[in-house]
Amino acid sequence: MSEVLRIEDLSVTIAATPIIKNVSLSVAAGEILGLVGASGSGKSMTARAIMQLLPPDAGMSGSVQLRGESLSRMSAVQMQAVRGRDLGMIFQEPMSALNPLMRIGDQVAETVLLHRAVSRRAARAAARAALDQVGLSGEAGALDRLPFELSGGQRQRVAIAMAVVMAPCLLIADEPTTALDVITQAQVLALLRDLAKVRGMGLLLVTHDLAVIAQLTDRVAVMQQGEIVEQGSTAQILYHGRQPYTQSLLAAARLQPKRTGKPRVDAAEVLQVDGVVLDYPRRRRALFSAAAPLRAVDGVSLSIRAGETVGLVGESGSGKSSLLKVILALQKSNHGRVSLLGDVFSVATGTTKKRLRRGIQAVFQDPVGSFDPRWPVERLVAEPFFLLDAPPHAAERSRKVAEMLDQVGMNASDAQRYPHEFSGGQRQRIAIARALITQPAVIAFDEAVSALDVLVREQILLLLAQLAERLNVAYLFVTHDLHVIRAIADRIYIMQRGRIVEEGATESVFNSPQHAYTRALIEATPALPA
Amino acid sequence: MKARTGRNWSLALGAGVTACFIAAAALAVFWTPFDPQLLNIVDKLQPPNQHHWLGTDQLGRDVLSLLMAGAKTSVGVALLAVIIGAAAGVPLGLIAAANQGSVDELVMRGNDLIFAFPALLLAILITAVFGPGAVNAVIAIGIFNIPVFARVSRAGALQAWTRDYTLAARVAGKGRWRISWEHILPNLFGLLVVQATIQFSLGVIAEAGLAYVGLGAQPPVPSWGRMLNEAQTLTALAPLLALMPGLAMLSFVLGLNLLGEGLRRGTGRAP
Repeated sequence: MSEVLRIEDLSVTIAATPIIKNVSLSVAAGEILGLVGASGSGKSMTARAIMQLLPPDAGMSGSVQLRGESLSRMSAVQMQAVRGRDLGMIFQEPMSALNPLMRIGDQVAETVLLHRAVSRRAARAAARAALDQVGLSGEAGALDRLPFELSGGQRQRVAIAMAVVMAPCLLIADEPTTALDVITQAQVLALLRDLAKVRGMGLLLVTHDLAVIAQLTDRVAVMQQGEIVEQGSTAQILYHGRQPYTQSLLAAARLQPKRTGKPRVDAAEVLQVDGVVLDYPRRRRALFSAAAPLRAVDGVSLSIRAGETVGLVGESGSGKSSLLKVILALQKSNHGRVSLLGDVFSVATGTTKKRLRRGIQAVFQDPVGSFDPRWPVERLVAEPFFLLDAPPHAAERSRKVAEMLDQVGMNASDAQRYPHEFSGGQRQRIAIARALITQPAVIAFDEAVSALDVLVREQILLLLAQLAERLNVAYLFVTHDLHVIRAIADRIYIMQRGRIVEEGATESVFNSPQHAYTRALIEATPALPA
Repeated sequence: MKARTGRNWSLALGAGVTACFIAAAALAVFWTPFDPQLLNIVDKLQPPNQHHWLGTDQLGRDVLSLLMAGAKTSVGVALLAVIIGAAAGVPLGLIAAANQGSVDELVMRGNDLIFAFPALLLAILITAVFGPGAVNAVIAIGIFNIPVFARVSRAGALQAWTRDYTLAARVAGKGRWRISWEHILPNLFGLLVVQATIQFSLGVIAEAGLAYVGLGAQPPVPSWGRMLNEAQTLTALAPLLALMPGLAMLSFVLGLNLLGEGLRRGTGRAP
């Protein structure tokens, strides 16, 4: 196999801080190399260095060669010709990589027109062929669609078509499936593999997800703090990885923070959801016709016992977030009701509602957006005290906040600091402290660990397992991530298009899924070899 | 990526110029070199000299004193107009953002109504009904500031409402008003300060414009707009008389705009 990419002794500094240190890599034609590491390890910066797209204050040394030609010595103009023609790249967020006002056929054709002196018609033909290849043609007018008419997976296919239309010798994919749900992820990964294997294109796959690495790559390079700590064939690294860092990544990816206590089948039910239906109004189609509503949640019933961890799984758009809003009484449902601790919560008002609200708190997905940037931690954590009839003041409040911070593994001295001073994992700990402070019976987690790095995610899940054990609090864990749910949930509900299609104890659902959708989800989830 | 390197020169320069004018206006409240309303026909139309630093006008009034007193009028009118606009506009914007639907529509269409009305026409209307004067100029300009502040704060608030911390506050049992007050408004602060400087500079121009056509501050209250008007017939004889208030207005407005731009860059938000 011929080598398409060779990086030797690549070092990058940004504002005199070393970001990448002496990285050496190579990718052969038809080979898939995985570049894996925690966030901030320098893997995305390596990809940008190959494209020569470093930020303006960056300094670079070492050599990057594409088929024997040194990219690091090229002028900006020469490099423009190489990008898109010999080097393709796809990014994590497929929406922002596409021009929202341009038809997809034209976007792909534009790449061809930039690099080859051909007619617009020939460029359109090339675009059609490329979109064919990524499985996006067929019906009439497929090329004339605009990005907003496509799903996330389809948009990522368009981005791939743009990257491969010139048949580059190397494709760099930076977290290409992180923003997609599992089933779409499986399709996109299969497409990438075909492109590499059938067309003999080199593929550099940058990801934090070891399961994706295990499924797709031939070789792996593990990156930590800007250095490659280990590299070798995928099987060798996954089974015989020597470096402690590799080991910890593997352990985190295989995480199993199972609680010691058995699921309580006899405990009292703390939360009951009965036949909840939620319609969103939709734009009317004709001037005088009644608008047909969009049914986001379609007759869902579920229940949670004291101290139990329940998972609610579904892909994006399945209605799980809408259901969560109804459960938290942030959104009124059209039918059905939610009962908390035996009282009807969904229609409660005034002091009853305030009292019940103490029983259910929430942790949200975005560790940045979850906190008002102008409030110090103490005030943030104490915010739910608003629900108490006699909220504690001054010293008493500080003491309670400090106690909660201690529970989640933070320092009491953190109380006077502001959210931007903390990392993503620490912020989620603070969010958990805020949720715990009213001593609720149930905490709802909306994709609460999705934005976290594998290593941090493991720590947070361990913390949650300990807290559940210690405080006997029940969790409702809403996520699309089957790994996480399998590691933490006692019981799961699978949701598709607003309905619960399957429910049961976690292991029995995973081992013998009954519904076709559940089977598809489990099959599509990339798994690490045990 | 926005270049954020180097010092924020527009902020430094804008703040410096603005501070000079506001200091001059503040000083004029207590002291000016001469009484700006004191007529002294004997010394009329003097060129700048050691006694009258910027000369005297056709009635022998000291130009520097007139400029300082004019700055007082200018700053006073523009500042009060910004306060009126913000005091009414910001709550309207917050209400509109907190209540999606009919309330939002009502508030925003009301804004459109004011926007659609020619500003000068309304100013003439108000002065025709209530009589010309600085107070009525404040009201006329202030009314036009309301929809500007309402729109800016609504746009900022809508964005803030999408953040998870508003959800967290709702889970903590807080209502829309309390969240608007505790979480949304403080996070709009930077945006509103920038908008206030811009409206302030527009207010300075509007005050001068109204005074120029005789609808603003009435004699003998000094105003840059009226100084310009009175100097108009004398441009051949004493060009400095028109130049001085013109330059004062130009540099004050420029300073305010630089300040606004500098603040916008400093807070990292576009208004």
